[in-house]
Amino acid sequence: MTIKEKAQAVVEEFWMFDDWMDKYAYLIELGKDLPVIDSQFKTNNHLISGCQSRVWLHAEEQEGQIVFTADSDAVITKGIVSLLIRILSNHTPKEILEADFLFLESIGLQEHLSPTRANGLASMIKQIQLYARAFQLKSNQL
Amino acid sequence: MTFPVNQLRNDFPILSMQVHGKPLVYFDNGATTQKPRQVINRLVEYYETENSNVHRGAHHLSNLATVSFEGARNFIAHYINALKTEEVIFTRGTTDSINLVASSFHPFIQKGDEVLITAMEHHSNLVPWQQLCKNKEASLYVIPVLEDGTLDMPVAKKMLSQKVKILAFTHISNVLGTINPVKELVAEAHRYNIPVLIDGAQAIAHVQVDVQELDCEFYAFSAHKAYGPMGTGVLYGKSEWLNKLPPCQFGGEMIDQVSFVKTIFNKLPYKFEAGTPNVADVLGMEKALRYLDTLGIKNIQQHEDGLLEHATSSLLEIPGIKIIGQAKQKTAVISFIVEDIHPYDLGTLLDQMGIAVRTGNHCAQPLVESFGINGTIRVSFGLYNTLLEVDYFIDSLKKAINMLL
Repeated sequence: MTIKEKAQAVVEEFWMFDDWMDKYAYLIELGKDLPVIDSQFKTNNHLISGCQSRVWLHAEEQEGQIVFTADSDAVITKGIVSLLIRILSNHTPKEILEADFLFLESIGLQEHLSPTRANGLASMIKQIQLYARAFQLKSNQL
Repeated sequence: MTFPVNQLRNDFPILSMQVHGKPLVYFDNGATTQKPRQVINRLVEYYETENSNVHRGAHHLSNLATVSFEGARNFIAHYINALKTEEVIFTRGTTDSINLVASSFHPFIQKGDEVLITAMEHHSNLVPWQQLCKNKEASLYVIPVLEDGTLDMPVAKKMLSQKVKILAFTHISNVLGTINPVKELVAEAHRYNIPVLIDGAQAIAHVQVDVQELDCEFYAFSAHKAYGPMGTGVLYGKSEWLNKLPPCQFGGEMIDQVSFVKTIFNKLPYKFEAGTPNVADVLGMEKALRYLDTLGIKNIQQHEDGLLEHATSSLLEIPGIKIIGQAKQKTAVISFIVEDIHPYDLGTLLDQMGIAVRTGNHCAQPLVESFGINGTIRVSFGLYNTLLEVDYFIDSLKKAINMLL
């Protein structure tokens, strides 16, 4: 599936929820189910600074595609990261850099994108794009 | 007499708002308070009928604006019981007021001297002193806070000495809600002739502030935490100190005579008010303090104490909750944590239920970290909050905890 198709699938999943509680309950569930990040990557180097909840993001290349793993100390944040990872992992740097993040708006999570000090979603996306750019540069040099 | 809270709520247009389809419950008054129609209308009235630059121009509007502006100073001086009107300096707010004193204080501190603050200061009453000490090669010492959220007074007394050149501390902690024994600590400092600055940001809307009774040399507060506009506030200073301190900002208004060779500075309070002042917001601040004065700050305090007691006892019934800051003397602030739950998650879910709370370190990182935690949830009450809102908050909190555990 392309990034767009995967994002569409997530949007459709969220259409099922009538009210916010179900939506957040689902995010919390996703957060709890997110596979644990290898503890060697849970360091300050992998920390995305969002003042309140801490997010660790790691990326590695597997056969031209980027695989992301992540963790957060806040479970809702973790649920959101898990969505991002599900959509963006296992794609080439070029595909990731071309992705838009409009699906966050469609599922009513745009408020988490506001540039407040409260969360790191905006910084998470930026960091994902930085990883993609770095891997792209690396492969161009080879 | 019961406090007419339901009637007062009508004065605050924003309170009838809905958030995520739920009625707004605004429990973030420690960050900023909402504004009554009287204050909002004052701003409009000024721009529609009085707007002009003050202290200059012989024309009608300029006179009108000047009379209103100086009238506001007069009322605010009276409100905090300053001895003289010119002891009230208009600033951009608490942070600006503290920075003014810290920047102007350099002639009074030398290498090896000490500045004393407490462990419960927010960044505004910490960083300016840290910078002053750094620039002057002086040392910053910190009075410790005890487990219950009160100052360690015996240690504080021992830390005072001839070497301390200024003591700066908060009237009320923005995280713990502790009301500090200002009078007692000021009196101790005066035994060594140490001037004292009080950060009144969290106090001005909740308790009576009488600067002569407190006997502090400086008192700083913001209008926006007391139902007034953002962007303005006050530095009160005893005139003997304000006369001694050199100005730290230069320009129009603050001068008496200017030539290309030298400038003679204006007298108090203008010496510290360089440039065109924020007239409209100062008038809004006056209106806000008049609003508090009409209600009676003691009645407000009594109402907020009722909210505090009800919320505290209800919170303590919820398993896993720990309240940070359990001083006997507290104002309408409760910080707490819930075992195994991140404050940000709770804040997010409460927001979905229309409740505005603050989560995080509350711009007081060293204090929050000293309790061995990385953040709290803080509810802070204002005069318009109700017991029903507290009940709704408690129910919503239980719901959120159930979702997260």
